[in-house]
Amino acid sequence: MNIIILGAGQVGSTVATELSREESNELTVIDINQQILSDLQDRLDLRTICGNGSYPGLLDDAGADDADMIIALTNSDEINMIACQVASSLFHTPTKIARIRSPEYLRRPGLFAEDSIPVDYIISPESLVTEYIYHLIEHPSALQVLDFADGRAQLVAVKAFHDGLMVGRALRTMSEVVPGVDMRVAAIFREGESILPSADCVIEDGDEVFLFAAREHIPTVISEMRKLEKPNKRIMLAGGGNIGGQLAAMMEKDFQVKVIEAYPARARELAATLDSTIVLLGDAANPDLLLEENIESMDVFCALTNDDEANILSSMLAKRMGAKKVMSLINRAAYVDLVESGLIDIAISPHQVTIGALLAHIRRGDVVAVHALRRGSAEAIEAIAHGDRGSSRVVGRAIEDIKLPDGARISVIVRGEKVLMAHHDTVIESEDHVILFLTNKKKIAAVEKLFQVGITYF
Amino acid sequence: MQLLVIQRILGLLIMVFSSTLLPPIATGLIYQDGAIMPFVEAFFVTLIAGFLLYLPVHGHKKELRLRDGFLVVVLFWTVLGVTGGLPIYLSGIYDISVTDAIFESISGITTTGATVIVGIDDLPHSLLLYRQELQWLGGMGIIVLAVAVLPMLGVGGMQLFRAETPGPVKDTKLTPRITETAKALWYIYLGLTIACCLAYWLAGMSFFDALSHSFSTVAIGGFSTHDASIGFFESTTIQFIAIVFMLLSGVNFALHFTAIRNRSLGSYRRDAEFRTYLLVLSIVSVITIGYLQLTHTFDSTAESIIEGLFQVVSIGTTTGFTTAEYYSWPGFLPVLLLYVSFIGGCSGSTGGGIKVIRVLLLVKQGVRELQRLVHPNAQIAVKIGKKAMSEKVIEAVWGFFAAYFAISALMILLLMATGLDQETAFSAVAACLNNLGPGLGDVGRNFASINDPAKWILCLAMLLGRLEIFTLLVLITPAFWKK
Repeated sequence: MNIIILGAGQVGSTVATELSREESNELTVIDINQQILSDLQDRLDLRTICGNGSYPGLLDDAGADDADMIIALTNSDEINMIACQVASSLFHTPTKIARIRSPEYLRRPGLFAEDSIPVDYIISPESLVTEYIYHLIEHPSALQVLDFADGRAQLVAVKAFHDGLMVGRALRTMSEVVPGVDMRVAAIFREGESILPSADCVIEDGDEVFLFAAREHIPTVISEMRKLEKPNKRIMLAGGGNIGGQLAAMMEKDFQVKVIEAYPARARELAATLDSTIVLLGDAANPDLLLEENIESMDVFCALTNDDEANILSSMLAKRMGAKKVMSLINRAAYVDLVESGLIDIAISPHQVTIGALLAHIRRGDVVAVHALRRGSAEAIEAIAHGDRGSSRVVGRAIEDIKLPDGARISVIVRGEKVLMAHHDTVIESEDHVILFLTNKKKIAAVEKLFQVGITYF
Repeated sequence: MQLLVIQRILGLLIMVFSSTLLPPIATGLIYQDGAIMPFVEAFFVTLIAGFLLYLPVHGHKKELRLRDGFLVVVLFWTVLGVTGGLPIYLSGIYDISVTDAIFESISGITTTGATVIVGIDDLPHSLLLYRQELQWLGGMGIIVLAVAVLPMLGVGGMQLFRAETPGPVKDTKLTPRITETAKALWYIYLGLTIACCLAYWLAGMSFFDALSHSFSTVAIGGFSTHDASIGFFESTTIQFIAIVFMLLSGVNFALHFTAIRNRSLGSYRRDAEFRTYLLVLSIVSVITIGYLQLTHTFDSTAESIIEGLFQVVSIGTTTGFTTAEYYSWPGFLPVLLLYVSFIGGCSGSTGGGIKVIRVLLLVKQGVRELQRLVHPNAQIAVKIGKKAMSEKVIEAVWGFFAAYFAISALMILLLMATGLDQETAFSAVAACLNNLGPGLGDVGRNFASINDPAKWILCLAMLLGRLEIFTLLVLITPAFWKK
């Protein structure tokens, strides 16, 4: 595919890295910073052009005429929208994806349509990250919570602890331990290595277990792996930027939220828009301020500024001063591995969260979501099955008859409102949401192909 | 430095390029010239040598880093230049020495076109084709070809590409994928070669001569299958065809690419380098033709025009074909032509020299300094076309210019130390460093008469010129080798 990417910032670079791995993609990256582009070109096999990506002349130079897709990921919502408009009006680019950060634009659904602002898919990293963190706070014992089929089914990652019901038992006994709750173990990671979850597999203390279940069963499911922690109540957010602000607005009804913001103007703005949240003006790495605001009784401390180093340090400080659980937003992949070994409870990598949502739009076949797990060592994919037995390779077939690529397993099927755990004889119907778990990233293309409908369908 | 990775790629490249010895073998079989054995032997020697390099390290698949790229490119050009001399030496024609065989091979692959062989007309067909083929491979660049045919070079391919591509700005890709860019370049190159070959053929050359000369014309090389070069054919039509294809090959291939893709000639018209290139050649042609007329060097005006034009284009683009004995032309003309060869072809072309774009930047930079004297507070951008060039590029051009002249000065001194006279030394360095070919004085006709040490110095000059100096120079800096 011929793809133009606008903006080589953190999101843009990650997307470019991810997409250039696939042989068939031809990438052109546009940015106004030559230095970033040169670095990118040294590392990846793609073309770079320096300039303002929404200018028609520049898009022309980038080969917009032959482009299959434009992905506008600059910092500016307005540039992204205009770029999509230009690509649509002048170059008839088939697929246009824009990053829209400001929630103001997202409130009116009619805005982005073919005859107004022609953006096919909107991607909002801040909202995605906000939602991601919200899930984590909602489920105190989970390391990762991912939504599938609009949240009807969820995938949770839990660290098994010796007080869990299932710990020390084989997977086959699961239905006896908690009768009536249907779930599926997708993967187990023991000391960083993936283990195939066979029926005889015994869960040990310290395993990282990935489980699929219907949304309402998630708390029960977690309790099998470890004793449920008390629900979170008191939350402190360090950094009241886009993510911090949105998160506070989402949580303030159910939790006691405090936000620390360093810039007076932003702090005033936050105070004006938020209702019950306490907005504190100051430095999140200032021990006196933390002490003053009872850091020791906080259930969760979340560092959400733009600065990785500041996030890590303030989280460490909060942890030492008694916060029960600390989370930190970390952009650099190298840091994530560094800190998750113990200093910080959960490191949140915005790229991993964003890239999954973005890649889903780039995949062929009706793939609705792709989530990277454990920083990309495994992926969960949600695809919709279409067609009938004749035109589709999955519809009308029992799971055991489907030719899946190596390392791929069908875990869950969402049919309408029902969440079904996949068994070897479950027959897939048209319009089912099929959720697969994939341990080998290279096989994504094969999965895409599986869900493409033959020509006879149309 | 990832020496094992470099060794692996080098071995692989040598194995792939041993196949370039197959066409001469085929030619030898067709013409029954009884001279194929040297090629068969050389083929197996290079193939096995490459294999022995590759085998112990075939598992070392890692991305090439920037530094590795320089080393691979320099090693590859050197190794190929030297092993390229193998069949020439093995053929034993005119009791050729090792020095001469290697000089001939490096002169071929760097598209210089300086020869040490006298009596070319009597060489077997296989060897004749081989000399031309060396030029053709070197013209677009052996690394570019390798990147096109070996997809596994991947991102590392870009590092190699950059170390070989001529011109000050090396990051512009025609297509997003490096392999596709390399392929596009070779398709254009191949297209030009075929067109040139057909034109020569139709103009009356034998097919063998047409093919051979199309190789050296499009590569801006200058080797011929005759001692008298293009002059052998005594045909104005052939001279004219040569002029057209030399001109086309001296243009940035990216322009050809854009023109073909957009099916319009607009890209040429808008390109500042292209316009300067034509302007320089036109002005020098007018001066040359005028002076030839004034001194009555030729009997007729028509002859002055065609001979003047041909020689200006041939030397200006650094091809080095000759029809007349230009080195015995009157007055300042021979030296003027050598000066023009310093400007050379456009960036991204097959031509040598400093490259038009660099000269253009130097001139504009000079003008800017003058303007600054008049308006000390003015902010003045150096523009090419309508685009301002970054200071980094301009600095790099100055550095290149300085290095180019420092090296030519040093080499002239060294050559004179080996006993060459001043005219010969100067012209030999200019001819080799600019990848031109023929010089003046003792090296006007060929390089056979100069001594061995001088030939080795000139071999280095040719490689320096083809790899645009810095790629080679960077290897002798201590910083390059530090961990």
